[in-house]
Amino acid sequence: MIELSHLHKTFRVARRNAGMGEAVRALFRREYTEIHALDDISFRIGDGEMVGYIGPNGAGKSSTIKVMSGILTPDSGSCVIDGCVPWRDRRAHVANIGVVFGQRSQLWWDVPVIDSFDLIRDIYRVEAHQYRADLDELCDLLELGEILRTPTRQLSLGQRMRCEIAASLIHRPRILFLDEPTIGLDAVSKLAVRDFIRRINRERGTTVILTTHDMQDIEALTERIILIGRGKILLDGALDALKAKHSALRRIAVCFAPGTTSPAARPLPQGIALLSADEGRAEFGVDTALHSVSSAIECLTRDIDVRDLSVTGQSTDELVISLYEEFRI
Amino acid sequence: MTPSLRLRPYLSFFRLRFLGGMQYRVAALAGILTQFAWGAMNLLLYTAFYEADPTAFPMDFAQISVYVWFNQAFLTMFMLWFLDADIFAAIRDGNVAYELVRPLDLYRMWFVKNLATRTARVVLRCLPILVVAAFLPAPYGLTLPVSFGAFLLFLLTMVLALVLVVACCMLIYIVTFYTMNPLGVRIIATSMGEFLCGAIVPIPFMPDGLRRVIELTPFGAMQNLPFRIYSGHLSGAEMWRGILLQVFWIATLILIGRLLMAHALRRVAVQGG
Repeated sequence: MIELSHLHKTFRVARRNAGMGEAVRALFRREYTEIHALDDISFRIGDGEMVGYIGPNGAGKSSTIKVMSGILTPDSGSCVIDGCVPWRDRRAHVANIGVVFGQRSQLWWDVPVIDSFDLIRDIYRVEAHQYRADLDELCDLLELGEILRTPTRQLSLGQRMRCEIAASLIHRPRILFLDEPTIGLDAVSKLAVRDFIRRINRERGTTVILTTHDMQDIEALTERIILIGRGKILLDGALDALKAKHSALRRIAVCFAPGTTSPAARPLPQGIALLSADEGRAEFGVDTALHSVSSAIECLTRDIDVRDLSVTGQSTDELVISLYEEFRI
Repeated sequence: MTPSLRLRPYLSFFRLRFLGGMQYRVAALAGILTQFAWGAMNLLLYTAFYEADPTAFPMDFAQISVYVWFNQAFLTMFMLWFLDADIFAAIRDGNVAYELVRPLDLYRMWFVKNLATRTARVVLRCLPILVVAAFLPAPYGLTLPVSFGAFLLFLLTMVLALVLVVACCMLIYIVTFYTMNPLGVRIIATSMGEFLCGAIVPIPFMPDGLRRVIELTPFGAMQNLPFRIYSGHLSGAEMWRGILLQVFWIATLILIGRLLMAHALRRVAVQGG
């Protein structure tokens, strides 16, 4: 159980304009700007939940993760995770959590991955037999195999990230914080990582908190999202409900025989807008508040030699952009 | 939890670091050659002084030889500017975050890492230097310790001096949490520290007033102590006072380091997003 209430954290950042004169002046008089990284953050996450924590860069995602993993002390407010206050009982707390910072590495650079794993086993004092069993399972699921015997510096990003995630699970944490775990990965690695995270959550009941900019991650993994912007929680709810509420918009793509009449050529009623038109293909946005999908299809395909037709809802990417716009962040 | 289980992570760190440090064989060879040349030059210099006026010399020539060869042989164990670049990098770019999410004591972890790197380096380097120096003709070579008791105290104060040097380095790392740039502290540590601890000129050669002050500081309790105990230059009450000061400084510097680190971790942000 994770419970945050009224967390505040302010950073002072020294700022100056460019140029020599400004630099000299800054020697004597510094101007500080206060950044409210966390501004009254409260939420509660139950055991075994999988939550997507999203927001634009600089919104306060990483700061929240740092507070929850005990490496940042907030100015005020409380945070209790399984009965521990992370920054006060840091050592007791971190024994139960796993953290992956997508932009950093916890593996030792020069030595084969397995040496790093062994060291992590010793750090968390994991029993030998449990370690062997878990390691086999992790290797199997993440297809580590030969990778284990390779020095970290010679791994590709995708291989390294799989190792990072395995490394953070060696001590069977109850809570897993993933800070941009799929950053920079190719499609195949992303799928493997997502698949694995889902399994861990389902089979071990690990609570997963995931920050990402990749909306497919969110869509594939989480049911609940928390949106943060400028240090404030803007939204906390089920992804599906949010999508239903925010996406009255549907996309209808019509493919038609080249050379015949294009549906884009006709006058469109209000509530249907042309998004793009190519030779043989046209895409429309339909506001379902004004037109039902069937009446829109009816209207768009009349007297057209239709080859293919697709209806799609708003993608999560678009949803998030519209949320950002709505909250002006 | 049994003590062995509690210490296991730190022993693992020690092992990994130790093995890592043993890898640099070519560097060790180059180091050995440099240290031979340096030791020989030092001795030539002292010979010139000694011939000019032996009565103004605060040590026997055999004692200075022991000091010079030990200084070279155990250089990587005691030099103050031998700092861990990884630790500075971790503080600067925020990778310290990963060290903080471990259920470990960060101070102890860094301490052990430093102990390991220093011992690994010295194990590779000291033997060739000591063996060759032992075969050099008197008074230029390494002599046997003045007594068995002195030898035991030499070993004890060696270990304590190593711990003290690392405790001192820890302060440099921790200050970097506040300054972010390690350069300033490092330059001061390199130049002042090296001089004050007797790595350049043995402390007995310094002017009386300065010498008495240095002997009270942590710097006077580093290599100065074991090297002089071995050759019998330091003994009796003066020696015991030195050992007492050594223990006092170890306790004090570790206490300051731990307090400062606790404060730094509470106050200072982990850098980067």
